Amino acid sequence: MTVNVLMPALSPTMEQGKLAKWLKNEGDKVKAGDVIAEIETDKATMEVEAVDEGVLARILVPGGAENVAVNTPIAVIAEEGEEIGPAEAPPSTPAAAPTENAAPAPAKAPDIPASAPQEAAAAAAVPAAPAATAAEPAAPSPAVAVPEIPADTTLLPMTMREALRDAMAEEMRRDQNVFVIGEEVAEYQGAYKVTQGLLQEFGPRRVVDTPITEYGFAGLAVGAAFAGLRPICEFMTFNFAMQAIDHIVNSAAKTLYMSGGQINCPIVFRGPNGAAARVAAQHSQDYAAWFSQVPGLKVVAPSNASDAKGLLKSAIRDPNPVVFLENEILYGKQWDTPMLEDFLIPIGKARIARPGTDVTLVSFSIGVIHCLSAAEALAKEGIEAEVVDLRTLRPMDVPAIIESVRKTGRCVAVEEGWPQCGIGAEIAARVQEEAFDYLDAPVLRVTGKDVPMPYAANLEKLALPSVADVIAAAKAVLYR
Amino acid sequence: MPAADRHAKIADVASAAEGAQAEGGILAFTREQELSAYRAMLLIRRFEEKAGQMYGMGLIGGFCHLYIGQEAVVVGARMSAKSTDQFITGYRDHGHMLACGMEPRRVMAELTGRRGGYSKGKGGSMHMFSREKNFYGGHGIVGAPAPLGVGLAFADLYRGDGSVSLTFFGDGAANQGQVYESFNMAELWKLPIVFIVENNRYAMGTSVERSSAQANFSMRGTAFNIPGRQIDGMDVRAVAAAAREALDWCRAGKGPFLIEAQTYRYRGHSMSDPAKYRSKEEVQRVREEHDPIEQVRARLLAGGIGEDELKQIDAAVRRIVSEAADFATNDPEPDPSELWTDVVL
Ligand SMILES: Cc1ncc(C[n+]2csc(CCOP(=O)(O)OP(=O)(O)O)c2C)c(N)n1
Ligand SMILES: [Mg+2]
Repeated sequence: MTVNVLMPALSPTMEQGKLAKWLKNEGDKVKAGDVIAEIETDKATMEVEAVDEGVLARILVPGGAENVAVNTPIAVIAEEGEEIGPAEAPPSTPAAAPTENAAPAPAKAPDIPASAPQEAAAAAAVPAAPAATAAEPAAPSPAVAVPEIPADTTLLPMTMREALRDAMAEEMRRDQNVFVIGEEVAEYQGAYKVTQGLLQEFGPRRVVDTPITEYGFAGLAVGAAFAGLRPICEFMTFNFAMQAIDHIVNSAAKTLYMSGGQINCPIVFRGPNGAAARVAAQHSQDYAAWFSQVPGLKVVAPSNASDAKGLLKSAIRDPNPVVFLENEILYGKQWDTPMLEDFLIPIGKARIARPGTDVTLVSFSIGVIHCLSAAEALAKEGIEAEVVDLRTLRPMDVPAIIESVRKTGRCVAVEEGWPQCGIGAEIAARVQEEAFDYLDAPVLRVTGKDVPMPYAANLEKLALPSVADVIAAAKAVLYR
Repeated sequence: MPAADRHAKIADVASAAEGAQAEGGILAFTREQELSAYRAMLLIRRFEEKAGQMYGMGLIGGFCHLYIGQEAVVVGARMSAKSTDQFITGYRDHGHMLACGMEPRRVMAELTGRRGGYSKGKGGSMHMFSREKNFYGGHGIVGAPAPLGVGLAFADLYRGDGSVSLTFFGDGAANQGQVYESFNMAELWKLPIVFIVENNRYAMGTSVERSSAQANFSMRGTAFNIPGRQIDGMDVRAVAAAAREALDWCRAGKGPFLIEAQTYRYRGHSMSDPAKYRSKEEVQRVREEHDPIEQVRARLLAGGIGEDELKQIDAAVRRIVSEAADFATNDPEPDPSELWTDVVL
């Protein structure tokens, strides 16, 4: 009996990886638990263990191969003494792998049509379907056109992860008072590798690993900010910031006011927010609406690497507490990013991610990606959607939304969070207050479903807002 | 579900340590008791290995935290507990469910997100429950099980039915503030709860030394007057002995008891942990010298049991696990209408 060794999925969001090297050769004996190969993902180098006893009969994907899709057969383990000739090449689908009707289609959240830009499509497939060929590398998205970037600026592709790291490193070089604190930020290089290299450059005084004690270290960071330091307080994910929300709201947000303007709190609370992939109800919540309700906070949620860099630098320099909401699915995606010494994007300013005349789609973070995909699909049907990327949720750039709605007369707000009292609810209220006479249809919301996030692949897909939902809502406000 | 109990019995080891004599910090198990421990721990080990493989194949998604190496902790505790006692833990929970007699196939089906899973596929690896088996989860927020477990104990005392809450959390979780709020209330109100710190030396990539001012977790209750025992959590007999002492203490109305079980996780924190924070030699040494299953196996062999009998147990366990994997692979996904159910009653 031969057993195929498949390219393993090593994390919730992994679709492909590099088969860095083989540690065993064809013909070597292996037993369960032996490390046979090393695989590199965008986050880490991982070891592949043999799960069965036998002989490594055949290596199907050579060491060094890039972009090997999850579930690709990479080797064959045969029983000792068993012959496997070339004719007997391994079946492309292993017996144990999911079959068409027995297993569901792999999780694909959110749903993105084939026409979507590659980086968005890649974000959606988790884990990748069994594939016999290596996946294409995702091409970086085109530069994000923003007024903050002069025309002749050099642009280089950069992942959201790198952009965030660079923003922190640059600000730490610039200001000795800036430090990073959180769980696994230093020696482990960040649970999602966002703080990679910071410990090496800045040392343990400025890159501080904490015990698992969010309420404690968030309070500590707020106290340090009262005293004039500039903490970047990383939450492994914002789900765990709920342990610390009292300090974010009661201590950080309100103290300037309570002290009659004496004590400000220059702190950034940052980390991934919202759904990742299949991590279920307690690890998948979007807190955008929660924090955006609080006076005294600024709330930022970038949709691409370039914005992430410029906004995080502004957040670190801001004299107020800033809640900086990142998105795990976007961490590994690339965008052309300006190589500028002091690239700052102002907090509180939206950008037009795509101009259009027929309908306004307003969103932030990963929602913008859905909106851009939807806009592309709508364009094929002759509908020109304008996509407004809010970038900052508080203070919200309401004038930018209003200006767009005055032009289009129709508005759809898109977010991953729950509908009641959500960002979309706020947008709808502001639009009817300030542009009522310009509206040709009610404002519609596309949101996460009003349920905790389910784990099952099919249900998770249904729970999240999809590109199809955005398209349907845009058509509904156009009465088409 | 007629096939259910057949599968359940192999692992539910509640009360299995009854009658064993306590001597020198362990319970002297009879051969039958050793065999119960062996079967239960082996089932967890094989189940977890299979889950790891199925994760690699993309059949399981999200986070998946394996219990391999720590089997003796929950099995020893369960052997001294009654099936009416409640168990609650964090996200590294598959072993606890199996030890509580939950069906392997339904646990596995939850891991694959199928309708036959304990949470109908809606909870996943980290979130499973069984009211029938008094298993209360399955919680993803580090530290949360402590006060929840105190609440279970509050209900036990309120009803006066003599049940005890066995509440498990990790060395990392032990640094959360809510654990100490829990300790205070538990002692203040003399609640019947056994806190079990599974000290596997690491919280993700952070070793106990790097995170804990007081690394002796059995002393963490001292300020609240909660008695504590630090024990070898790789020896199922030592865990059973400490659990018996703690449960007797609780049932006598004396309030909470704290056990620090010193153990080790062989695998990464979750599937995506490259585990660069410890050496391979360290892992290898524990596996070779302290493996909880090998210890029982060696004692059984020394006590004259035949290799054959152990082989039969191994084969039976493997059958259960592969049957669970088949079920979990072929069971359909939940009906789409399930998206909207169970939000409120
Ligand atoms: C409140 C909270 N913070 C952080 C996390 C992320 N996290 C999950 S497990 C874990 C480590 C916990 O270690 P420990 O308590 O020792 O348990 P072990 O994983 O070793 O069983 C962390 C930091 C979380 N789930 N919840
Ligand atoms: Mg631990």
